[in-house]
Amino acid sequence: MSGVALDPKTAPVFPMAARTALADTQMRKNVRHATDVIQAKRARVVAEMPDWQQLREAGKQIRQHTMEHLDFYLEQFEENCTRAGGVVHWARDAEEARKIVTALVKASGSDEVIKIKSMTTEEIHLNDALEAAGIHAYETDLAELIIQLGEDQPSHIVVPALHKNRQQIREIFQRKMNLPELGETPQDLADAARMFLREKFLRIKTGVSGANFLIAETGGVCIVESEGNGRMCLTLPETLITIAGIDKVVPRFQDLEVLLQLLPRSATGERMNPYNSIWTGVKPGDGPQTFHVVLMDNARTDILADKEGRQTLNCIRCGACQNACPVYRQTGGQAYGSVYAGPIGAILTPQLQQMHHAQSLPFASSLCGACYEVCPVKINIPEVLIHLRAKVVNQNTAGITGLFDFEAAAMTAMAMIFKSERRFRAAQRLGRMAETPLVRKDGQGVGWISWLPGMLGGWTQVRDLQEMPKETFRDWWERRGKNGN
Amino acid sequence: MRVSLFITCYNDTLFPETGKSVVKVLERLGHSVEFPAGQTCCGQMHYNTGYQFEAMPLVQRFVDQFRGAEAVVVPSSSCVAMMKDHYPKMAASLKDEKLRADVDALLPRVYEFSEFLTRGLGLVDVGAYYPHRVTYHASCHGLRNLELGDGPLRLLKAVRGIDLVPLEGLEQCCGFGGTFAIKNAEVSSAMLSEKTTAVLNTGAEACTACDNSCLMHIQGALHRQKTGVKTVHLAEILAGDEGTTR
Ligand code: SF4
Repeated sequence: MSGVALDPKTAPVFPMAARTALADTQMRKNVRHATDVIQAKRARVVAEMPDWQQLREAGKQIRQHTMEHLDFYLEQFEENCTRAGGVVHWARDAEEARKIVTALVKASGSDEVIKIKSMTTEEIHLNDALEAAGIHAYETDLAELIIQLGEDQPSHIVVPALHKNRQQIREIFQRKMNLPELGETPQDLADAARMFLREKFLRIKTGVSGANFLIAETGGVCIVESEGNGRMCLTLPETLITIAGIDKVVPRFQDLEVLLQLLPRSATGERMNPYNSIWTGVKPGDGPQTFHVVLMDNARTDILADKEGRQTLNCIRCGACQNACPVYRQTGGQAYGSVYAGPIGAILTPQLQQMHHAQSLPFASSLCGACYEVCPVKINIPEVLIHLRAKVVNQNTAGITGLFDFEAAAMTAMAMIFKSERRFRAAQRLGRMAETPLVRKDGQGVGWISWLPGMLGGWTQVRDLQEMPKETFRDWWERRGKNGN
Repeated sequence: MRVSLFITCYNDTLFPETGKSVVKVLERLGHSVEFPAGQTCCGQMHYNTGYQFEAMPLVQRFVDQFRGAEAVVVPSSSCVAMMKDHYPKMAASLKDEKLRADVDALLPRVYEFSEFLTRGLGLVDVGAYYPHRVTYHASCHGLRNLELGDGPLRLLKAVRGIDLVPLEGLEQCCGFGGTFAIKNAEVSSAMLSEKTTAVLNTGAEACTACDNSCLMHIQGALHRQKTGVKTVHLAEILAGDEGTTR
């Protein structure tokens, strides 16, 4: 998968991609270890907060309110950002966003940019577009740098290189930074990255960033990070270009009080991010003198228009749902075929793609609810998954091809059965007859099925199925009634 | 109290012992039990797989069967979660005010079996005897949607003769997830193998839970691997008495 951009349009369906991922023992070990560590830290700092549930509720309310009045807050942001000396651009889709950013970089007179980690730029494959225009983008976030140098793809929205361990990272650095003698302590690796990046920070005059939040009230942009590399990109360049989904806006400066408590604790298990940067427009003689914000829709207004899917936009990209998800923990992120992996990816990606492609993603969940439990803004991910599943089913069963859908036919037949007690009893009897040729008795005389045909064969790959009992509960109940107990 | 049972299509067809045990426990506690014959299925499989339209008529059926019930007891946490989480929405989407009102009136009287004992009746000791080494798996829907907490564990602790051993990763999903186990068979088995490893590590003779769907899944692997470890629904443990050997 490495090198090839994660793109739902070309990605294999989830069960296929998962098969490949499951075979990668090293990757699974890395993901398991990393998510265990983050989850334990998260649990510790969340337990410190007696009002965590109220905070979550407050976070949810803020996000929900914003989405209900998104047009208002976006215009307010534009107005205030412009007043502070920023230039606001609107991009309808990924294509438009790429064009705008590329043109802005060219206008800055540079053919290189330094970048702050941003999933939005990954979403639109910005680096490839820049490269095609003759502009080289350098990732400065340590994890993103590892991904870029390793010609790999991100597997987590907060910790994109979480699927790599220290030895693998060292190997990439040795090769790509030309450091055959590189040591293997975290300090050695951090030093190498620092040396590598310092030269870029000091030389390159154009920066590209994403945004954690856009503040409507002030026109400010907020970025939180752990390493300080982002702050270098925000202060050293002459031109700064920020690209953000329109969902990133929050109404008031004060709302950060809630969100900046929820985000770091959920994301990395820290009480506060080591670096919190908020900048508003430009200041003569201080920081970038040219500042652009690209506000990108890219299907977000469609999501907004869908009453049941809308809560997806409340996401603050903390990644807690990924760490908690048992499916993600088995497969890692790349199996999702999109830069948004795990539970949030399973609901966001299909909607960003207008339900084209990525149709297997809403089914890549056991609906265990662990994601909902940890989500700091209480997005009911299982509910959205079920909503999207219904959309997929409606698409698949529409028209003439729908008539040949085996699953749909089975589901319709089952629904008919459940509509009548008589039919249900008949089906129970029929089931017992139908299974008979498949049943084998074990040593204790209990019947088991270890092979099922067709779609159901998924079950018997690793599991047996006990034969149906001779008497159903309802038959027993009737017999008991007749015998007067 | 007169308790109405919803035994669920799954338990009725595949795990009748669970229903019988529920009857036994409730009668032993002095309650009368009824089983409305017209009940079939709660609609969970259809609804969760995306066939919402097909699940709709089952809301009306459920209400019709249980409208007058004092308490409805269901030995399946996922079926209760289905009703509590989705029935009000489903009734609303049918634009049927009457049904919506009926659902709202009925749902507070619907209990998962262990929940009925601990919260409905305020009991911990139901007079059970079960002289075996047992470990308990917390099914996701019971744990998160119904917030059963340690209710089932408190019931188990009060069982005489039991040797209750804790399960590592108690709250981890077993990987069943209904049609997930078929659509994503490989991932489901990877999750399952962690669960069975944890179960085997306890050295228990049996693994119990409040949901036969998880148990069927876990049992399927324990049997395939010839481990000799069984699964048993919580109700069957609570039904155990001095005269019973399983
Ligand atoms: S859905 Fe919730 S838990 Fe997942 S990344 Fe978004 S905010 Fe975090």
